[in-house]
Parts: sequence; structure tokens; C-alpha cells
Amino acid sequence: MQFLRAILAHPSGRIGGVIVGVYLLVAILGLLGVTPHDPLMQFRIDRLHAPNGVYWMGTDLFGRDVASRLMLGISQSFIVAFASVALAATAGTVLGLAAAWFGRGWDGLIMRVMDVLLAFPAILLALLIIAVVGPGTWTSIAAIAIVYTPIFTRVVRGPALSLKTRDFVDAARTFGSSRHYILTRHLMLNLVAPLTVQVTLALAWGLLTEAGLSFLGLGTQPPASSLGLMLSDSRNLMEMAPWLLIFPGLAIMIGILGFNLLGDALRDILDPKMRRAAA
Amino acid sequence: MNYLTRRLVTFPLVMLGVSILVFISIRLVPGDAITAMLGTEAGLLTPDQRAALEAYFGIDQGWLVQYGRWLTGAMQGDLGISVTYGKPVLDVILERFPLTLELALLSMAIALLVGLPAGVFAATRNERPSDLIVRVFAMIGQSTPNFVVGLLIIFILSVGFGVLPVMGAFTPFFVDPLQNLGQLILPAITLGFAFAASVTRIARSAMLDVLSEDYVRTARSKGVPALSVIWRHALPNALIPVVTLSGVEFGYLLGGAVIVEQIFALPGLGRMVLDAILQRDYALVQGSVLFIALNFMIVNLIVDLTYVMLDPRIRLGDR
Repeated sequence: MQFLRAILAHPSGRIGGVIVGVYLLVAILGLLGVTPHDPLMQFRIDRLHAPNGVYWMGTDLFGRDVASRLMLGISQSFIVAFASVALAATAGTVLGLAAAWFGRGWDGLIMRVMDVLLAFPAILLALLIIAVVGPGTWTSIAAIAIVYTPIFTRVVRGPALSLKTRDFVDAARTFGSSRHYILTRHLMLNLVAPLTVQVTLALAWGLLTEAGLSFLGLGTQPPASSLGLMLSDSRNLMEMAPWLLIFPGLAIMIGILGFNLLGDALRDILDPKMRRAAA
Repeated sequence: MNYLTRRLVTFPLVMLGVSILVFISIRLVPGDAITAMLGTEAGLLTPDQRAALEAYFGIDQGWLVQYGRWLTGAMQGDLGISVTYGKPVLDVILERFPLTLELALLSMAIALLVGLPAGVFAATRNERPSDLIVRVFAMIGQSTPNFVVGLLIIFILSVGFGVLPVMGAFTPFFVDPLQNLGQLILPAITLGFAFAASVTRIARSAMLDVLSEDYVRTARSKGVPALSVIWRHALPNALIPVVTLSGVEFGYLLGGAVIVEQIFALPGLGRMVLDAILQRDYALVQGSVLFIALNFMIVNLIVDLTYVMLDPRIRLGDR
């Protein structure tokens, strides 16, 4: 509760929190099918209809309601972003902890593998993975997770290395605490702050990468809806139907903005040393 | 071992890792290169013809032999023959690279020209309304994906001014500089948009740190003009994080801006890699990804060396 109050007291946290909250609500509603129209229903007589009282954000080339598809697109983007970041954070934490705890050969091996993954531009690595497995939601999740795992590994390994040498860890060892207990209680609890900040910022990247992959036709596949796919479809129709570009474009931008603002606020709250850098 | 030596030692190891990863992953892509190249006509090939083609492109042996042969060639500058283009991979890459390099340089120039003054300005107006405006713009800029910026630029040009960006055949800089810039300026603005926003944010925070240091206060109390304090005394020390960010971003841009190249129909490195992956052009994917990773790592190394030049106190020994 105190943590929530701290977020709301922070200007960026307040705005970011509200944006993320609204998006989460929209994503849940989209997932539950609570949309103004059926997102797949083609109202052929109303193709490329401008926004009005019935179609709040207009219709697309097939006469499908843009607002409903946008809600479904937000759900889809959120599922991919949350699932991929959850996977990346888990894998990164395990690998980072292992590298820091076991040291020597393990540390060298894990970090060199991470260096190899980091030597690729993110989108290129994701493209390569998708080419191997084939496009789709699950592939996008796996690709984005693999791309961001090295970042989480680095975020965890650095602090874990220094925590490992702290007195309280030595004390825990002396008292006979098991390795599992020290790793999960003493180390993990102290890593929650940097991880929380990183997760929030990674969610913004997750949204961005999912939209980028879908834009290229390698993410979510039609007829399912995705913000990147909607933008890609708008390319040849933007002069005739600008709402096809403007609404999905704004939706992606505001969503990423929400996570970035929240991430900045969390960094301020959880790591006061970074206060200025985050401003 | 100090940091730079360690970086130099691990450099070839990481490159080896990259080459193995790319080699294996592209071979896991379903389908084969000959069918991808010839399409339905591949069905007309006799087994002998197919075997001859596979031998020509070096894909007739086992993976280990193929890898060994490719790696030996790569170390001598021979990256193999592209199935799609029918010519050496290095030639194909070097044809595309000037565009990618120019686009990356232009984007970085835009980002620094806009971001640096904006960040410095915001830092000197800390917590005033003008600072807030710059910060809001920077945050929005950083949150806007480049494909949204690119599409909006095309939309505004076509609807507002009735013109479309120059697309189609690309003109190299040395053939016609004006036409070349005309083709690249919009993609560069598209890529420079978020880049400038990041530079603004990092320059602002670095300047805020430096402006609160004792030597700046001393300079001010000695009566050094305000502009001189900011640009001559404070800015050089605030440049280190800006250099890091610009270097990393530049390294990424050298890998090709797949989506922006796609939007503006530019024949750059990014689109080439995307097409090569989709075409299962093994040699081209391997060669270009290795080339991109090498560029990326070299740029990062240069960034580290620049630290030492900008701040002689850093010896990179304890990192």
C-alpha cells in the first residue's frame, strides 16, 4: 500500500500508472470479448467508414470495427509483452544468479553466451529465431524473451556479485543456511528493486518489439489483431482512411509512454541514487 | 587483466560464438536453399543438377565440414556465394553498406544536433516550465516507435502537401549528393527522432550532475560568462554518457534499420538480411550477420576507447 502511495505521489508514476491501468483494463475487456462489436465481424456495407457514434474509431477495409480490433490488439500486444518479459526475467535471474554464485568457469561461460546474444541488434536476433520456428504469437514471445534475457542476466549478475561478498551472506553461511535459502531469500530479496525497474522498462520494449515484428508480418498472424499489424495494414489506405493509422499509432505510443513513465518513477522510488539520471 | 585487454581477448571468442549461432539457426529454418532460390522450378531439377548446384553453393557436405570451410574462407575475406544474387556475399554486403552507413551517420547527426542543445538547455532551466516542456517532448519522442514516426511523416507529406517521399532506385551520394540526401533525409529524421529524445534525456541528466560540481561553481564565482561555463567547462564532462548512448545506438543502426528501410523502400543492410532469412540464403545470412555483429562490437570498442580520451581519469582497469 505504501509502495502504491509512493507511485501515486510521483508525477511520472501517477500518469504512467493511470495509463498502464487503463490499458490493462482495455486488454482484459478485449480478452473477455467485451468490445463494441465483434472484432472479426465484417460490416461490408460500412467498409472504410469514418469514426462516428456506431464505429468510434471507424472501420477498416473489410468493414471491421477499428475500436474493437484495437482493444483486441492491445490484449494481444500485452499478452506477448508480459509473457516474454516474464520469461526473460526468470531466465535472466536464474542465469545471472548462477553466474554470480558459481563464478569462475560458469560465470565466464554464461556471460560469453550473453555477449554473443548481445552482439546482435535485437530485431535481427528476433527475426532469425522467427525464421527458424515460423511466425506466430508463441514464436514472438520466445523470440522477444531470448532477445531480452541477456539484459536481465547482466542486471542480476552485477548486484548479485557484490551481495555475495556482503557480511550478511557470510553470516547466513556461518549459521548453516542452505545455498537455496541464501539465493532465494538473501540475494533475491535484494534484487527485487532493480528487477522491478527493469521489468517495467522491458515491458515497453516488449510492446515495441511485438509491434515491430507484427508490422513486418512476422508476429501475430491475421485474422487475429495486433497493433503492429493494424499499422501495417494502414500503409496503403492512410490517405483515404487516416483513422486506420492514427488510432493504432497513438495506442502504441501511449502504451509505451505509460510503461516508460512508470519505469522512471519506480527507478526514482526504488533507487534514489538514480533519481537525477531518471529525470 | 585490464578491461580493454579482456575485451580484445574475448572479441574473437564472441565472434566465433556469433558465427556458430547463425550457422546453426539458419540451417534449422525449414526448407532448403535450392528450392527457395528456384521456387517451383526446383521440381524440374534432376538429382545430378541439384547435386551440382549444392556443390557450387557449398551446401553439399555435412554441417561440420560446411562450417569449417566457411570459417576458413571468412577469415580470408571470402564469405561464400549468395544464392539469391549469384555473386560473392561480401560484394552484396558492400553494395548495401554505404546506404546503411550514411543513414546511420545522418540519424546520429540529427539526434546530436537536436538532442544535445535541447538537453543542455533543459538542464540550465532545471524544473522551470521550459525544462518541463523539453522533458515531456523527450519522453514522447522516446516512446514513439520509428515505424509510427515514419508512417506519420509519409501521411503528413501526402495529405498535407500532396507529395510522397522519393522511393525506388537509390542514388549513391557520389553520383548525385542532392538526390541522395533527398532520399535519405526522411528516413534519417524517422530514425533520429527517438534517438534525439534519448540524447536529450541523457545530456540533461549528465549536465545536471556536472553543473552541481564545485569546479563549475568556482568558474561561475570567478565571473566566467554563463555560456562559457556551460559549453566550455561543463559540457565536455557531460559528454561521456552521451558518447556511450550514441555509440550503442550507432552500432545498432549499422545493423540496418529493417522496419524503416521497409517503409521507405530503401535497399539497405537490414532489408537485405530480412530477405536473405526469408529466402534461406545461408551464405548471405551468415556473412551479413557476422558483418553486422563485427561492426557492432568494433563500435562498442571505439566507444570504450573514447571514454579514455574524454576523461583521462578513467583507466578502465577496474571495470
